[in-house]
Amino acid sequence: MAITLSADHELPAPPLSARLTTPQVWGIVLLAPYALVFLAFVVYPVGYGLWLARHPASYVALWHDPIFARAAVNTLIFLVIGINIKMAIALFLSGFFAQQRTWIKWLSVLFILPWAVPSIPTILSVRFMFNPEWGVVNQLIFKLTGEDGPNWLNDPTVALAMAIGVHIWKSLPFWTLILMTGRLAISHDMYEAADVDGATWFQKFRFITWPSMQTLYVTCTLLSMIWTLGDFNSVYLLTGGGPADLTHVLATLGIRYLRLDQLSLAMASIVCALPFVLPLVYFMMKRLSR
Amino acid sequence: MKLPTLREIGTEAKLLLIGIPVFIWTMVPIYHMFLFAISPKEDAFSGKLWPAHPTLNNFNIVFHQQHYFLRDFWAQFLNSVVIALSAGALTLMIATAAAFSISRLRVPGGRWVMNLALLTYFIPAAFLAVPMYRTMGTYGLLNNHWSLILAMVTIASPYAIWVLKQASDKLPVELDEAATMDGATTLQLFRLVYVPLMMPSLVAIGTYAILLAWNEYLYAFLLLSKDTEITLPVALGNFLAADDSPWELLMTTGFIYALPPAAIYYAFKRYMVGGLTAGAVKS
Repeated sequence: MAITLSADHELPAPPLSARLTTPQVWGIVLLAPYALVFLAFVVYPVGYGLWLARHPASYVALWHDPIFARAAVNTLIFLVIGINIKMAIALFLSGFFAQQRTWIKWLSVLFILPWAVPSIPTILSVRFMFNPEWGVVNQLIFKLTGEDGPNWLNDPTVALAMAIGVHIWKSLPFWTLILMTGRLAISHDMYEAADVDGATWFQKFRFITWPSMQTLYVTCTLLSMIWTLGDFNSVYLLTGGGPADLTHVLATLGIRYLRLDQLSLAMASIVCALPFVLPLVYFMMKRLSR
Repeated sequence: MKLPTLREIGTEAKLLLIGIPVFIWTMVPIYHMFLFAISPKEDAFSGKLWPAHPTLNNFNIVFHQQHYFLRDFWAQFLNSVVIALSAGALTLMIATAAAFSISRLRVPGGRWVMNLALLTYFIPAAFLAVPMYRTMGTYGLLNNHWSLILAMVTIASPYAIWVLKQASDKLPVELDEAATMDGATTLQLFRLVYVPLMMPSLVAIGTYAILLAWNEYLYAFLLLSKDTEITLPVALGNFLAADDSPWELLMTTGFIYALPPAAIYYAFKRYMVGGLTAGAVKS
């Protein structure tokens, strides 16, 4: 193609296909499937959901629904108390499982089970164990004391505590494993030097273990909080949100509204969780994209 | 053999003092489920630690679908298998292509897409479920296996891309250059160099996606409802609706349902622990 140069015209920009190299074209083609999934099943639903939640009336209705206030408080208890207890135990057990013993290795293989198996059969198993009439727990209490045991899931405080217990049972192995990986990365020399200096186990923890693991521990806690906000199973399968809708958390409440066909309320209750979620997400993104 | 010192015995005792409660805490719900599965109905409710007459009859009843709750057991089992395998395969294809594109081809805007994907990973599952349920209705996919497969792919992909990208960044650039010098096209580079080298990570990610889809309850419960279309966990959840649920059969079905993921997990443990925990939290 002959190009006549004239001072008045600028050269036309080359077409897009000429500016991209072949690998880049392939790059776009190979990225396209995920981009489509993301647009169709994340961007569109989220946008649509936020649009559904745009009416202030929904928030007023939520505010007047006593179940919502209770669910918000329960969610906070779950996150602030439940997660911190879980992570503290995980930190402690990561030290236990880091010990070099054959029987501890075998125990760690079993310890992973709650995380490896699906939650529904095991949570239902717990639910049945605490059945007031036929459950094994109350039968034991009856055998030992001759008295009927309590109706465990009938008291909202006890039921919520048990839901937190179930959540801990399920996700403790995962976090213990992660923290153990962090622990094993600490150089052994430091502990040997501390032993020579006659440090106690607490001093070793305080001055060697904790400083090396602090960042990991905080990251794990935050990530666990985000995931726990979306944990529907622990509460729904154990208590179904009952008794009298007093053990709902925001995750189960949103689904409850959805099942009642009150979509804008469902979305509004989720939007109310955003002030919890966004700072956590912001922090996690900063961490991961370093 | 050297006799243990008093101090060593003390340490061992302290460790046992932690180990025994940990063992009990871990195993009780699982053992309870197993106990029900091998107990005849009258033994199941007796509160004994081992049934007087252990039996495999419950398995027989489940496998032959001899209870109206279990009419569609095999159909539901098959649904779970098909959905888990499809979600696993689709996630692998989509995420591998995306990771290759972002990490090796350095497609413009690739990092951006990955950060957006990661953002999805941080949307709590139950929160995305509400609008996604509605969207699946709009697309006309409700009660169709595709809705659950696509939902699982959506949830598994961000993490899959993240882990695969981390792994593929570690492959030396020289490999790509050498292959290109030898005249490999981009697709040949992908098929003949990239995929074989990434095998361990691909196994980990495939297993992760399959387990995620097999174990999923909430999305399955929202998106599927016909008795012959639902997956096993939803069927288990439906037992709860009845007042006189046959608990020994529920636990037997639950036990059968829990076996494949436990087996897969142990079979691929080596890959999973390395591949997944490395990506999960970078300290």
